[in-house]
Amino acid sequence: MFRRKPLFRKGPQVQITSATLENTYDRRSFVVAGVGVSIGLLLAGRMSYLAIAENEKYETEAESNRVNLSLIPPRRGWIVDRSGAPLASNRADFRVDVIPERMNRPEQQMEVLREVLNLDQAAMADLRERISRTRGFRPVEVASGLSYEQFAALSVRLPNLPGVVPQRGYSRYYPTGPSIGHLIGYVGPASAEEYEKDRNPLLITPGYKIGKDGLEKQFEQRLRGVPGARRVEVTATGRIVRDLETRDDIQGKPVKLTIDGPLQDYAARRIGPESGSVVVMDCRTGDVLCMASMPSFDPNSFSDGIGRVEYAMLRDDERVPLRNKVLKGLYPPGSTVKPMVSMALLREGVDPEETVYCGGGLRVGNRVFHCWQRRGHGQVNMAKGIYQSCDVYFYHLAQRIGMDPIAAMARRCGMGQEFDLPVLSQFYGTVPDPAWKLEKYGTKWQAYDTVNATIGQGYMLANPLQLAVMASRLASGRHVEPHLLFGESKGQFPPADFAPEHVALVRQAMSDVINGPGTAGRARLPLEDVLMAGKTGTAQVVSLSVSDGTSGPWKYRDHGLFIFFAPYDNPRYAGAVVIEHGGGSSSAYPIARDVTTFLFDPRKGMEALHALEKQWGGNAQERLAARYAAYAAQTGEAVPPAPRRDEEIFASVDAEARAAAMVPVTEATDAAINRSDVAE
Amino acid sequence: MNSVVPAPIARQPWSMLFPLIALVGFGAMVLFSAAGGNWEPFATSHLLRFLLFLVMASVMTLFGREFVRFAAYPIYAVLLVLLLAVEAIGFVGGGSQRWLNLGVVQLQPSELMKPAIILVLAKFYSGLPPGMTMSWRALVPAAVLVAIPMGLVLLQPDLGTALAIGFGGATVMFLAGLPLRWFVTAGVAALVIAPLAYFFGLHDYQQRRVTTFLDPESDPLGAGYHITQSKIAIGSGGLFGKGFNEGSQSHLNYLPEPHTDFVFATMAEEWGLLGGLAVILIYGLIMRWGLSVARKSHDRFATLLASGMVATMFFYVAINLMMVMGLAPVVGIPLPFMSHGGSSMMTNMICIGTLMMVNRWNNRAPRSRLS
Repeated sequence: MFRRKPLFRKGPQVQITSATLENTYDRRSFVVAGVGVSIGLLLAGRMSYLAIAENEKYETEAESNRVNLSLIPPRRGWIVDRSGAPLASNRADFRVDVIPERMNRPEQQMEVLREVLNLDQAAMADLRERISRTRGFRPVEVASGLSYEQFAALSVRLPNLPGVVPQRGYSRYYPTGPSIGHLIGYVGPASAEEYEKDRNPLLITPGYKIGKDGLEKQFEQRLRGVPGARRVEVTATGRIVRDLETRDDIQGKPVKLTIDGPLQDYAARRIGPESGSVVVMDCRTGDVLCMASMPSFDPNSFSDGIGRVEYAMLRDDERVPLRNKVLKGLYPPGSTVKPMVSMALLREGVDPEETVYCGGGLRVGNRVFHCWQRRGHGQVNMAKGIYQSCDVYFYHLAQRIGMDPIAAMARRCGMGQEFDLPVLSQFYGTVPDPAWKLEKYGTKWQAYDTVNATIGQGYMLANPLQLAVMASRLASGRHVEPHLLFGESKGQFPPADFAPEHVALVRQAMSDVINGPGTAGRARLPLEDVLMAGKTGTAQVVSLSVSDGTSGPWKYRDHGLFIFFAPYDNPRYAGAVVIEHGGGSSSAYPIARDVTTFLFDPRKGMEALHALEKQWGGNAQERLAARYAAYAAQTGEAVPPAPRRDEEIFASVDAEARAAAMVPVTEATDAAINRSDVAE
Repeated sequence: MNSVVPAPIARQPWSMLFPLIALVGFGAMVLFSAAGGNWEPFATSHLLRFLLFLVMASVMTLFGREFVRFAAYPIYAVLLVLLLAVEAIGFVGGGSQRWLNLGVVQLQPSELMKPAIILVLAKFYSGLPPGMTMSWRALVPAAVLVAIPMGLVLLQPDLGTALAIGFGGATVMFLAGLPLRWFVTAGVAALVIAPLAYFFGLHDYQQRRVTTFLDPESDPLGAGYHITQSKIAIGSGGLFGKGFNEGSQSHLNYLPEPHTDFVFATMAEEWGLLGGLAVILIYGLIMRWGLSVARKSHDRFATLLASGMVATMFFYVAINLMMVMGLAPVVGIPLPFMSHGGSSMMTNMICIGTLMMVNRWNNRAPRSRLS
């Protein structure tokens, strides 16, 4: 390395003696010593530079090595219903994470975890998938909701399990599970994209979950709270030596909703095996009491990190349990628009007593439009047009006043409108009119378009919330706006620009739908003193040549719709029920009847529900679990246990709690009080 | 004083022994701290080894000049055979190896080769007629003597030891009076060859060490981690250090090898700049004593032998300190008398023993210019 053979050259012929050599040695040893001394000085200088000039920098670095600041995830704020009962709360939870990078023998360690935590094949498959997707030192949750025994059993084995991190924390808990799935949403670990958007170190703290859907996502900032912090001294391998100081977290603020928890639970369960939604509003205040959409997912499963199989089951379901049908389901409103169209007719000066002869159909242009009643209704006035839902009556008179006044009235009633609600998105549908058609399709509005629209078919589309708002506005005659946050509504809505006698007439006709000679006699409430008013609707999904709408493949059956309010003479509650492919309105109004019954008499409501649930095989949560078991068995996977429900305290938001609270009326709890003043 | 202290004790080179013992004691304290405040496993064995090798060094002082001169080539030959044996065993056993297991102890022949190369070159140049110093016959045999063990050690592969052997050899050649232009030529040649050697001669891990040394931040969690953590330890010590047993870098395992290669960083973190300067000063005192022994000696053999031993120790100290301060790549050279480790203690105590031996020769027969 050092001595490459240099070129030889005859040196000057100097006589070299040992004296000259010694001389050379003296000179050269002086040089060598000088070099040594200068290297010594260089080292001393370098060290002084490091220790004095750069001392501060390195002190900081040593400190940041030594001290590890770990965030304590804040407890998430509760989401409570109008009486303060939690729809989403937290429960103390033992959890186990692994940091894949730190595991020295992943396979053996996974085996130990499997044994101690009693994980089955499906859970192990899920875990492996999550581990393969993680990057760097991000922890992966193995299991949560452990029993103390499991937690302790794992803790004693920790010395042999590097990378396995048992945690005490909180997990989100939704007492009524699927009933509030679409409304509340769920929480989950922040994704890489979410972290890109909000570079909050909290988001990548193990065990911290953010709102992923619904109100959990909408109110994320308010629910989040302030993280605590723990300063610990750690070794290079991450082992904690001692705690230095700890600052407690501050729990996120609660969100109080107008939702009535028990009613929401009841409505969701009452939908039963059907696919549909129920909206109930307080038509004085606009408070949305219930926004049930079924089938749904169990947000508890999502928040625990949903399994692969369970997610596949939800994704592949043709009844789209992942969509909030209240806000994002758009349906032709069918005959439920007829009271609204009647208001338009009245406003345009049509005499309600004017009769139209219904012979079962009406020729419009070169096509005959049939009444749903092929035999015809005979002479039909406005009230009969509503309670018998005579199509011909509306075909005829709508053509007289034209589409524009009807469209204006539809918008006045809330159709086609987007409401000012704290939700992630709402589909607001279509109220067609000539200008709209020209812009969208470039063709002129035709008489048959009007005819279609007056019976809520054709281009007209609305979501169930809009239908409920329409019912509220028709019932109250006021411009009711829906609200989801408790206390937000002052309740003094301006009149909806309806003449009081028009409102009275339509109300009466809608009452007759149920209590008179109407189409929904079976919707009559099983109560002495409360009469419900409503309007049925059946929305065709495909043409009659494909299916008769009531039988055959599920997805070709008609949608069943129903709007309602009660009591009919002094409306307090209004709502809408939409059952997808229910085969007609008869699938919808029994649900409205039972839900309204529950509002006024929870015990009677529960009796009806329990009878039905016995037929269906359990409540929504149980059926979801059973369905998952069947699905999992079909795909050949083992089944994890059904979600645990051991916290009695949370039972106060399910429908049974309301019924129980109502037994001695004098002992009514807060949750029941807002109902007892109805009897006035 | 002379009357109080017995002559055999007064005769000892205390101007070197006092600093040396202080340094070893200080080293033991640092190792005590590096073990988390325990005598075991480093500090006790460090002191025991020092005592053992101090006895060895004392025995060495008894050797006569002629015996040492006579033994030079045989020792060199035996070590070459041992180096070859290490190669052979490594070849047979598959994989590289530096150790020779002698049952009781594990012997690292390459370590012994460092003082041995000085010895054999001193012998060679002392026997070379002065007139031939400027001719090729002064260079080629010496170059071969250096190249063979260097090559064998490089094969192990142990770049640090090979460089130490080369440095010791080169220093002896330089001091022996070989023409200066050869060194200049060799220096220029080295500048040309170094890049070539880097790309074709070094192993991947060695190449990485060089690139990491040039830019430690390029890989702060990988190979640059050593240098970065060492600089943090030294820099965070400040003027007076964090206090005995208070170093977080070493105690929390951020500093790699806190008891061997990076013992100086461990020390500097706890004792600060003052501790560091004291250590450098003590090395300076020991080296100065070594050079004075060389200068005072009677003949060319002893002079070259002594100065070569100083050069060998100096190489250890300089490279290690430059490494821990981020001035040299990480080459795995321990710090003499402070790092925990038997081999380096042995080599350096052989150097000290040789210097004490030459010192004794000097004292026996006053220097004359007529050797």
